[in-house]
Amino acid sequence: MSSKGMNRRQFLHSSGLAAAGAAAGGAVASGTGQKANAADMILTTLDPETASTLLAATRTIYPHETLSDIYYAGVVEALDAEAKGSPDTAKMLTEGAKAMNEAMSVNFVELSPGNRLEIIESMTDTPIFQKIRGTAVVALYNNPLVWRHFGFEGASYDFGGYINRGFNDLQWAGVPSQDASPDAG
Amino acid sequence: MAKYDLDDNSVVVVIGSGAGGGTLANELCQKGISVVLLEAGKRYSAEDFVNDEWDSFGQLSWLDMRTTSGSWRVAKDFPNLPAWICKTVGGSTTHWAGASLRFKDYEFKTLSTYGEIPGATLLDWPLSLADLEPYYEKAEDKMGTTRTHDIPGLPGNNNFKVMYAGAKRLGYKHVHTGNMSINSRPRDGRASCMQIGFCFQGCKSNAKWSTLVSEIPKAEETGKLDLRTESQVLQIEHDSEGKVTGVLYADADGNQHVQKARVVAVAGNSIETPRLLLNSAGGKHPDGLANTSGQVGKNYMRHMTGSVYATFDRPVNMYRGTTMAGIVEDESFHNPDRGFAGGYEMETLSLGLPFMAAFLDPGAWGGKFTAAMDQYDHMAGMWLVGEDMPQESNAITLHDSIKDQYGLPVPNVHFDDHPNDLAMRNHAFKQGSAIYDAVGAKDIFEVPPYPSTHNLGTCRMSENPRDGVCNSFGQAHDVANLFISDGSQFTTGGAENPTLTIVTLAIRQADYIAEQMGKKSI
Ligand SMILES: Cc1cc2nc3c(=O)[nH]c(=O)nc-3n(C[C@H](O)[C@H](O)[C@H](O)COP(=O)(O)OP(=O)(O)OC[C@H]3O[C@@H](n4cnc5c(N)ncnc54)[C@H](O)[C@@H]3O)c2cc1C
Ligand code: SF4
Repeated sequence: MSSKGMNRRQFLHSSGLAAAGAAAGGAVASGTGQKANAADMILTTLDPETASTLLAATRTIYPHETLSDIYYAGVVEALDAEAKGSPDTAKMLTEGAKAMNEAMSVNFVELSPGNRLEIIESMTDTPIFQKIRGTAVVALYNNPLVWRHFGFEGASYDFGGYINRGFNDLQWAGVPSQDASPDAG
Repeated sequence: MAKYDLDDNSVVVVIGSGAGGGTLANELCQKGISVVLLEAGKRYSAEDFVNDEWDSFGQLSWLDMRTTSGSWRVAKDFPNLPAWICKTVGGSTTHWAGASLRFKDYEFKTLSTYGEIPGATLLDWPLSLADLEPYYEKAEDKMGTTRTHDIPGLPGNNNFKVMYAGAKRLGYKHVHTGNMSINSRPRDGRASCMQIGFCFQGCKSNAKWSTLVSEIPKAEETGKLDLRTESQVLQIEHDSEGKVTGVLYADADGNQHVQKARVVAVAGNSIETPRLLLNSAGGKHPDGLANTSGQVGKNYMRHMTGSVYATFDRPVNMYRGTTMAGIVEDESFHNPDRGFAGGYEMETLSLGLPFMAAFLDPGAWGGKFTAAMDQYDHMAGMWLVGEDMPQESNAITLHDSIKDQYGLPVPNVHFDDHPNDLAMRNHAFKQGSAIYDAVGAKDIFEVPPYPSTHNLGTCRMSENPRDGVCNSFGQAHDVANLFISDGSQFTTGGAENPTLTIVTLAIRQADYIAEQMGKKSI
């Protein structure tokens, strides 16, 4: 089996986004450069160039400035996993990435945000766009590490729910009447 | 737990263990009647439930192949997921939010109240609110519904506080934390709500009523219940007189068995119930079981729905606490001056981040979408749910080529919004937005319907056998020992969330079945 391992540093380097990712800052991005460099991104099927193009495409589709590349890389890993199980998907992703790189005379990852957007917009009816978007909308937002960035606290049962942890701590909208909203029993 | 022979033709077979089937099975067992409860899904418990939206979805949802058609947006966004319902012991009551509202008097008489509406197959129910009141009482007691039986309301969470403030500023009067079948105090051997916030993922504290935590264990205590899990019914069999005699089902290993029965009650939710009747065509019932009216599968309703989410300068953290934490009831009446018939409720709703990404604007991408997601913790949200018009062309039919794992045709769900539904949704979007505007909303998002959670009407009850599939007790017009025991029975949908009424009808149906069995009429 051909396992094309690629460490996240190489990956980010080749993607041309390392600087952007490291500079992004924000809640989960603090010290991101290091985290991203330390983590390994294992690709089983897709080649590095395809992977970096897909990462850039994912970021164009769901742009969160303060979210570092490491989280977008998770989407590429999910796509890679699908490609592993389906030669058709692998072919579609590889050829799609190639087309993105050839759409303008400059590789997709080197393109300006506006140019990237233009290419993605021209692709929205294609299966590869649907595949990237459909995978990303789950893989990107279903990552517990990403939740903190958005202020979603995730599973709460093990912490006793929110009954004593701020389920009604909002102060700015006034206090409902006891009739409308009795105290907890 | 009881164990009955496959040949035992004295048992009542109940198909599906959700709101309708789970309740009916328990009520019959309490009367000493032998029940075989066949449930397609597995049995889980509070410990198994996970506070994780996608994992829970994979654990509890009905994911067998289904197809869609029609102009509703769900057909485009979720072509193989027309409905978000469950395949597990407890059915969709494991998922449900717990809102438990009675229908209003006029909602049982919509044809008389609204008059003929072009394109709509409105019909009065063959029963009235007065007929159901004593059973509503019993259902609320059974389910521990707040604000009934001296049970206090639940405490409102942050999402409710925002809705309350806006609604009051707008002049709405009936705003409170709802009638919820969630314990606000320990009751019936179950704890009170810990405000966990994953009500749609199975309540891990058992505070929320479901047939899984209430009806089924109680039925098991009687020693009369034979619950068979991972047992999917494929066909209902009948004899030369047209009476049903038993059911063919597949067990966990795919082995097929026939369970004989004296009575069969179908409660597979409003897509599987008509599908099963249609898949049971043959012999005396060439067009599908109990289908001389041609109404099996027709008049599919899913409620007018939509959501409004709004962002604010300051945090809300709407996901903390009960998912459906409060209600505005002021629009839930019939006032044709608004430009449509029937009414709608506004109920708080929150989704976790993963589901918000999937449902905020299905298919959306780009900077506008991500800017909205970036404000997730500053968001408040509500769900809009109102009466939709029954239409004959909105229907469950058998797919002509796609088959399921048992080789049976999969159901196709066809739906087009009626102009009345569109006018109501438009009004509801405006009012929902106004509530949030009144408390300083920054951005407001009008969110299209999710896959159907309320599925109704596909075997509707009618006075005249020509107009529907069953009578007011859910007894098939064509087949005396066949009963429809879920939301498929609904003649029209009302504005209210349906489960309390499904449970109410099941309690009433159990009395009727016991009486008819006693009289040897069935
Ligand atoms: C997320 C969500 C939130 C909701 N919130 C509310 C709410 O707040 N208030 C409210 O009133 N309602 C709510 N509902 C709706 C409520 O869950 C349903 O109205 C109710 O559970 C329907 O009851 P039922 O008996 O018709 O079907 P279900 O409860 O869906 O049960 C049907 C059962 O039948 C089984 N089955 C189907 N076919 C077969 C077969 N062939 N053989 C064997 N078994 C079969 C299924 O596996 C399932 O377990 C909600 C639903 C969802 C999904
Ligand atoms: S919020 Fe309450 S009802 Fe909902 S899951 Fe948590 S404990 Fe159960």
